[in-house]
Amino acid sequence: MAGRKFPTVLLLILNLLSFLPFLTISFSPDHPTDRRILVLLDDLALKSSHSIFFTSLQSRGFDLDFKLADDPSIAVKRYGQYLYDGLILFSPSTDRFGGSLDLEGVLDFVDSGHDLILAAETSASDLIRSVAAECGVDFDEDPSAMVIDHTGYAVSQIEGDHTLIAADDFVQSDVILGSTKIEAPVLFKGTGHSLNPDNSLVLKILSASSSAYSANPASKLSNPPLLTGSAISLVSVVQARNNARIIISGSLDLFSNRLFRSGVQKAGSSYKYEKSGNEQFVTELSKWVFHERGHLKAVNLKHNMVGGTDEPSMYRINDDLEFSVEIYEWTGSSWVPYVANDVQVQFYMMSPYVLKTLSTNEKGLYHTSFKVPDVYGVFQFKVEYQRLGYTGLSLSKQIPVRPFRHNEYERFITTAFPYYGASFSMMAGFFIFSIVYLYNK
Amino acid sequence: MAAPETPQSSTLRQAFGNVLSVFILLLIGILAFSIRLFSVIKYESVIHEFDPYFNYRVTQFLTKNGIYDFWNWFDDRTWYPLGRVIGGTVYPGLTLTAGTLWRILNSLNIPLSVETVCVFTAPIFSAFASWAAYLLTKEVKGVGAGLTAAALLAMVPSYISRSVAGSYDNEAVAIFALIFTFYLYIKALNTGSLFYATLNAISYFYMVCSWGGYTFIINLIPMHVLLCIVTGRYSSRLYIAYAPLVVLGTLLASLVPVVGFNAVMTSEHFASFLVFIIIHVVALVYYIKGILSPQMFKVAVTLVVSIGLIVCGAVLAVLIAMVASSPTKGWSGRSLSLLDPTYASKYIPIIASVSEHQPPTWPSYFMDINVLAFLVPAGIVACFLPLSDASSFAVLYIVTSVYFSGVMVRLMLVLAPAACIMSGIALSEAFGVFTRSIKFQLPGVSQNSPVNAGDTGNVMQNDVVKTEKSEDSLKERPSRKNKKKEKDNVERASVVPQTEKRLSVLPLEASVIAIFLLVLLGAFYVVHCVWAAAEAYSAPSIVLTSRSHDGLHVFDDFREAYGWLRHNTEVDDKVASWWDYGYQTTAMANRTVIVDNNTWNNTHIATVGTAMSSPEKAAWEIFNSLDVKYVLVVFGGLVGYPSDDINKFLWMVRIGGGVFPHIKEPDYLRDGQYRIDSQATPTMLNSLMYKLSYYRFVETDGKGFDRVRNTEIGKKYFKLTHFEEVFTTHHWMVRIYKLKPPKNRIRGKTKKAKSKASSKRSGTLKKNPWH
Repeated sequence: MAGRKFPTVLLLILNLLSFLPFLTISFSPDHPTDRRILVLLDDLALKSSHSIFFTSLQSRGFDLDFKLADDPSIAVKRYGQYLYDGLILFSPSTDRFGGSLDLEGVLDFVDSGHDLILAAETSASDLIRSVAAECGVDFDEDPSAMVIDHTGYAVSQIEGDHTLIAADDFVQSDVILGSTKIEAPVLFKGTGHSLNPDNSLVLKILSASSSAYSANPASKLSNPPLLTGSAISLVSVVQARNNARIIISGSLDLFSNRLFRSGVQKAGSSYKYEKSGNEQFVTELSKWVFHERGHLKAVNLKHNMVGGTDEPSMYRINDDLEFSVEIYEWTGSSWVPYVANDVQVQFYMMSPYVLKTLSTNEKGLYHTSFKVPDVYGVFQFKVEYQRLGYTGLSLSKQIPVRPFRHNEYERFITTAFPYYGASFSMMAGFFIFSIVYLYNK
Repeated sequence: MAAPETPQSSTLRQAFGNVLSVFILLLIGILAFSIRLFSVIKYESVIHEFDPYFNYRVTQFLTKNGIYDFWNWFDDRTWYPLGRVIGGTVYPGLTLTAGTLWRILNSLNIPLSVETVCVFTAPIFSAFASWAAYLLTKEVKGVGAGLTAAALLAMVPSYISRSVAGSYDNEAVAIFALIFTFYLYIKALNTGSLFYATLNAISYFYMVCSWGGYTFIINLIPMHVLLCIVTGRYSSRLYIAYAPLVVLGTLLASLVPVVGFNAVMTSEHFASFLVFIIIHVVALVYYIKGILSPQMFKVAVTLVVSIGLIVCGAVLAVLIAMVASSPTKGWSGRSLSLLDPTYASKYIPIIASVSEHQPPTWPSYFMDINVLAFLVPAGIVACFLPLSDASSFAVLYIVTSVYFSGVMVRLMLVLAPAACIMSGIALSEAFGVFTRSIKFQLPGVSQNSPVNAGDTGNVMQNDVVKTEKSEDSLKERPSRKNKKKEKDNVERASVVPQTEKRLSVLPLEASVIAIFLLVLLGAFYVVHCVWAAAEAYSAPSIVLTSRSHDGLHVFDDFREAYGWLRHNTEVDDKVASWWDYGYQTTAMANRTVIVDNNTWNNTHIATVGTAMSSPEKAAWEIFNSLDVKYVLVVFGGLVGYPSDDINKFLWMVRIGGGVFPHIKEPDYLRDGQYRIDSQATPTMLNSLMYKLSYYRFVETDGKGFDRVRNTEIGKKYFKLTHFEEVFTTHHWMVRIYKLKPPKNRIRGKTKKAKSKASSKRSGTLKKNPWH
């Protein structure tokens, strides 16, 4: 044992040494909040024009690394290790990234569980559109199209083409947008996109109103617009199957200081908000995308016989068992118990034989007990918990269920007493008959 | 030597004969054992084929966990997710035998591995089977025939094919049990001893433990009893031989978990009960006949017959009603296919798909029993001269087994012992006649020539024939009087060289030539058997060899693949393959399988068949719903291994289509022809089995030439979207694919072509693994 331990320790030290440069706490299953974020910009001027957003991130402890999108030194990966936990693409017009990053690189980044904020704009490049399309978001095919809303526009002095929209059709989800209601409409100026309704991974966060449509404001509308009404999504989020989170916005201005600070008055409404909802909206959304909220973990999936404590390797049919699992939610700094009343466990073999809602002790422990069905086979305890905004929990644990052993059946069955009687009386009768036959000549 | 019949020389000769026969039997045993070792010498000491791997795995479990755990074994590594109750669905005889053997050897401090014991169980039991054949034939026709039959059985190719070292299958011990049960039945019948009858029931129990073929016994023996009754040969010996077998045998048989209530519920067993009733009625009639005067008896007969007819009719009606109420008329599919050879191929593709369930071709008779096929008719004739209870049984046995062997190749195995017994009788009788002819015609012979006659190399035969005769003369058989008289006649005739005896004597030259020819025939048989044992039946089928101009090639792909699975996949991963490879995967790779060679759940097999016949996406969904991680296919196109999955594919389609009607066989056939070349149907070319078999195949020779089908494949360049190749063995015989996980993201609808046209750089897009 000692001999084995030494190399392990050495390896550990070596590992630590190699990680020294990044000894800041980084993304890990135990600590899912991102820390190091690469920001790719078209123009370094964005750094100051969007400084409120960036500062709010930095103040929450993120390391932002600003680079021009065509900076040849861009590298997200070194020696197979990702250098960043998140990526912000504020470079709608870039045709190709500098350095080693390309479309595939961005997608691999996401597929290895990292997060992405992508902001497009009118006439966004094909590269940005491809990234969005790969994530399930289709921007309007006309690159110069903008979302226009002649009834839901924000009243403003300078602009008259109704492309600055005051949108207030948010998704109803506390976990994505925070528990404080966003009162003021969000100002949006940019291109719209559509989602495939079959795609279960993307979600409209901010929809356009029913009177909106997507077209080029500069040219005359000759054909009916392809995207109309509330089918237009302004901001969408994607949660991939590996729980990587993505925000896709059709507007880069959404994040800008200008719209953060500007007041908003929706057309047709007399009330003027002092400040638009943008800052709250973006901040809450960024908390969600960087896993400061809505990240669940399930641990200690346990089961045992009622009255026992050990986990058996196999159950027998009709056994009574207890099942428990602990679920915690990440708050950005620590794990707190997750409380809900809709967590269910399935006892599953090709279809669920038992489906029970787990009861919680409000301290993260969910438990229930049930009787194993009268069917043998290889079952699974399955917890499939998919809730809007939360990371998906998909746990399963295999457990075989065996039939009775030969000595576990009832020895004597009451209903069979006539048969016992018959056979014993037969034996007795035969015995008497033999005696009579043999000795009664 | 026949002349000086002093008691002393007679006993001396008898003692010498006995010693000689024991010695010969020993040699036969050694022959039977050693002729089966070719597989170990030419290949290695491994378990063969498919089913033996399961038996081996079960035996390992038994030796590790003991008999109670074995009895209650619920196996969660096969038939995922249903599992299989092994203890209740397996014939435990073989396993218990080998397990006991292993335990005994270990307690004697002979530390053999379980595998070694399993490998050598079959040869050991084939030696036992030869001895049992000796005993049985001795009961039928005497020691000479017995020894000949034993020698023939020791090396009959049909039996060798199932019992070479490593062929650790039920039949290995079951054939011994079969012959031994028949021997005990005949012994009980000949002696009328309750002791043998009880032994017979126990031996029958062992047979029930060992093999599903026990139904052959429980139908053949009642048939023979019925024959005896009908031909007026009823005796108390017959009753004693039969009644305990039915009562004890049925009780014991129902103790075997896999048989259980089947012993009284299925119609395979009904014949024995019916005959059981009949024999009691007949016994009663004989008893009443004994105590009543003839007139009274006549009255009683009319009374009983009229009442009996009514009762019989009622019983028969109940029986028919019971049988008819079950959907298959109480017969299981395999048994029905015995009676109606076309039944299985018509209704049960899963039975028809097994090659050993097909009717045999004529050449296979010459291959498997060789010259015995010609000797059997002579043996049957010999059995009628004179016809005794025992010899009538032998005739019945050969007749029925010939029929059954014509139905199913596998049952050739039942025919082999019968053919050996018949041929043994024929040969021994022939030798008897010829040597006697020579003996009586050689000048001055009748006094001192027996050893000379033995010059032809038939010392054994000659001697044995005599031993038999003297034994016969000693034996007091409580048979019917006229038969005994007849026997006495024969006896006297052989002892005293009368003139009437001379009439049956053949010319000297003819006899010598005939003996020479017979020996030649035997020699051919031996040569053929040795050849069959060495070349035809010794291949373990998990290791293949081929001989070409540049030497011997060994194809060890199966073990390579199973080894890969064992070392590179998680313990709980599920591997899907066609059911043929299920047993091997669980035993050699220790991975959970979806279906295996125990084809108990047709739906589950049909599910796998459907997946294999479906396009990739549908197949992925089926496999994913079964938690499958890996898919294993066997592909012979590169090296020309004909029994690969593409050749079995139509069965997958049929079996799958039997349960899931959206799979239709005609979709896979072009004008009724099964082809995989450019003429193949799109359904065929898009099926998972085609894709998994031929994925990247064109890279081997640039043309994609399949050496089994002798054609170029139809679709050469294609990609897999839901599966990825993880391992392909050296000769491409086994290919293992992994199911890709579901896509991490779902793409939008935007056309890729557009972005490709506008941005030259996005050529990389194509390599994205997620679409």
